[in-house]
Amino acid sequence: MWPCTLFMLQPDSGTTEIKNTLYTDFMEDTIKIKKGLDIPMFGAPSAEITQDTSTTLFAICPDDFPGAVWKARVHPGDKVQRGSVLFADKDNATLCLTSPVSGEVTEIARGERRHILHITVRREGDEAEKFEIPDETEGLRAILQASGLWAMMRQRPFDIVPSVNAIPRDIFVTAFDSAPLAAPMLQPKDMSALETGLETLASLTPGTVYLGVRPDSGITSKAAQVIAFDGPHPAGNVGTQIAAIKPVNKGETVFTLDARTAVRIGRLITDGYLDTAALVAVTGSEVNNPHLINTTIGARLDTMLAGSLKASDDTRLRIISGNVLTGTRCSLKDGFLHFPYRQITVIAEGADADEFMGWASMSPDKFSVKRTFPAWLKGLGKPFKFDARIKGGRRAMILSEEFDKVFPFDIYPEYLLKAMMANDIERMEELGIYEVAPEDFALPEFVDTSKEPLQHIVRQSLDNLRKELS
Amino acid sequence: MKGLKKQIDRIRPQFEPGGRYEKLHSVFDGFYTFLFTPNDTSRSGVHIHDANDSKRTMITVLLALLPCCLFGMWNIGYQNALATGLPTNFIPLFFYGLFAVLPQILTAYIVGLGIEFVVAQMRGHEIQEGFLVSGLLIPMICPVETPCWMLAVAVAFAVIFAKEVFGGTGYNFLNVALVTRAFLFFAYPSKMSGDGVFVSLNGLPAVDGYTGATPLAQLASGTPGSVSITGVDGLPVSAADLFWGLVPGSWGETSTFCILIGAAILLISGMASWKIMISGVVGALAMSFIGHAWASPLYPITFVNPFEQLLLGGFAFAIVFMATDPVTACRTSTGKWIYGFLIGAVAMLIRFYNTGYPEGAMLAVLLLNCFAPLIDWCVVESNVKRRTRRLKSIS
Repeated sequence: MWPCTLFMLQPDSGTTEIKNTLYTDFMEDTIKIKKGLDIPMFGAPSAEITQDTSTTLFAICPDDFPGAVWKARVHPGDKVQRGSVLFADKDNATLCLTSPVSGEVTEIARGERRHILHITVRREGDEAEKFEIPDETEGLRAILQASGLWAMMRQRPFDIVPSVNAIPRDIFVTAFDSAPLAAPMLQPKDMSALETGLETLASLTPGTVYLGVRPDSGITSKAAQVIAFDGPHPAGNVGTQIAAIKPVNKGETVFTLDARTAVRIGRLITDGYLDTAALVAVTGSEVNNPHLINTTIGARLDTMLAGSLKASDDTRLRIISGNVLTGTRCSLKDGFLHFPYRQITVIAEGADADEFMGWASMSPDKFSVKRTFPAWLKGLGKPFKFDARIKGGRRAMILSEEFDKVFPFDIYPEYLLKAMMANDIERMEELGIYEVAPEDFALPEFVDTSKEPLQHIVRQSLDNLRKELS
Repeated sequence: MKGLKKQIDRIRPQFEPGGRYEKLHSVFDGFYTFLFTPNDTSRSGVHIHDANDSKRTMITVLLALLPCCLFGMWNIGYQNALATGLPTNFIPLFFYGLFAVLPQILTAYIVGLGIEFVVAQMRGHEIQEGFLVSGLLIPMICPVETPCWMLAVAVAFAVIFAKEVFGGTGYNFLNVALVTRAFLFFAYPSKMSGDGVFVSLNGLPAVDGYTGATPLAQLASGTPGSVSITGVDGLPVSAADLFWGLVPGSWGETSTFCILIGAAILLISGMASWKIMISGVVGALAMSFIGHAWASPLYPITFVNPFEQLLLGGFAFAIVFMATDPVTACRTSTGKWIYGFLIGAVAMLIRFYNTGYPEGAMLAVLLLNCFAPLIDWCVVESNVKRRTRRLKSIS
């Protein structure tokens, strides 16, 4: 095997570079993410915050929480409180999804084969379930599971709700969202709850809690190691941060969550009630006044977005709960705010575009990371108006190193994807499948000239692998 | 355009499964997507996509080929005029060349795309655009006097046995255009090299002192130690003539200047790898300096200045348009450096020491096409080893 030794001399071109910034007020490590892409889009939110007072229907969608088999624990007509159980895992009844508001269960919507799409609750009053806060770790795990906050965490490998007995090697919390049009994740008033939340998380792991922040964010913590990430999206993705700090190895488990969830954990521990408030950025080119709305987890979209959209005909709009890379497509009429309850993006659907000979287009409005369209002459950072069209046919992989440029992992994405398509488990393990989640392949999917559904491929492979190994 | 779209949508059901022309579904789809970008919107994963697709990719590469192609057509006329003593007016020369190669270009496209259409229909795929580039590349790297029937046989062989049997564009491990060229070279060697194939005389008598040999052939068989070459009219040819491309040769690849324009288009648009181009030139220069340092009268071409070597033969064209074919080249970053360097070095190695056929670029690229998966495997394996070591260090 002489060739291997020969080429091993050349380490892989560094994806990250760690340096110590000694001149900030507090000691923190700054990691520079070089590979990635900030997609320039119209519709960034302003800092204005409005209150959503008109929404009365709220829903929890079990598909937002993969890895468990969610069984309904309520019936239509039942009265629930904020924090009451709506769903429990079939195998671990202690693991729950809970109601975001107090009121009456109005509907259990089912799809094919009686699969539950969502449970809807109509808000009446504001009664909340009181959780008794225990001192010891086992009790903490139990109330996190009972309150629904455990389900808002994810574990790697597999990118699923953490199994109830898992002891994570480390816990990674990201305190910023770098995805297109995302708003700041934390408000100044959240800081003390964040610290409490991080302390609670620290008791769940024998390892370290890492908090990923932007440089100069001013966020400090005693319970967690704060590490700053500079650079384009996916710097804010927790997967990127894990890869730069301490990648996941076979046999290890880490927990990941966003700082919002950590704040909710902090509030639960401090006052015993579940915090279901959600500050949502309403963004995108088809929104009149992109700004922030103060609402509640699972809010129904038509009342929440009333008056915000440029077009009234929602068949011509793509309404996304989340960001354009990883969000869930919703209809206006019966759509709800999906996990992680932070952002709504509305863009044009584009299904009626009928573009004539698009391959020959010299339009300056077509965004491409390749410079095959004249738009690159406009200069960096000029926003573009996107629609939901795929803009080409599906092909075999042709161009090489497309994905690598937006994939800051020490992984060869093309080879890992090929192993996934071939369902070659051994090769997937060798190439790093335990380190990735579908969202890490969102930017590669965006830039892919061959238009392959990469996140779907990764999700299926992770699910297959989990089945094979269980 | 709405009217046209309506008309097409009206006849569309006839091409769907169960329709009267269902056997032409792929062809219909090919033409439809050529006229109108599909309106399909994303159903899973990301909601927005980069505007670049396979069609745009191939069109951009064609655009990069255009300077070489147009210059090559004019140069065919120019070489004809020099060889026969006719006047050298720009427009007639260009049209002379255009009509000389048009049958070849049409033959390559009709045969290649015809096979693509049939295979796409058999497999139920969309028609892939890869051959749009290959179809123009193939005539450009052949002598102007190549008979069309030979070209047709070679194209059919290459498209079927170098591409379709492996699964079509994206799965082939050998460059289709070069396989065509190699097939022609080995099946019909008398028509692929020598003095009579690179200049189109069109039946006219040649001027005194005429030679149809390419500069590379003259150097390889020339007097040891002498580096003088002549054009078709018997007059000396300078390095500047080589750079601009005013010499006979496979008609698309003589002008280094036009190849540089093409390279610029490919690199700016991000369609080709600068790593392969740079390491290829470095590899060729390294080998040239080695050959030049130990120049031997047995191998006259080693006496040529190493930088001038880059202007000769098909090397520049091969490194810009053939070596960078993303499907058959190395796909990892480290691999590309190794791959490009070896192509440059092997091309020069063949040029120096294979005096019988000094044009080594084609064989060098094909050879490294075969080794590209191995190089990539080693690079990826080092990543796997690193991961395994990390796992061992914790347990």
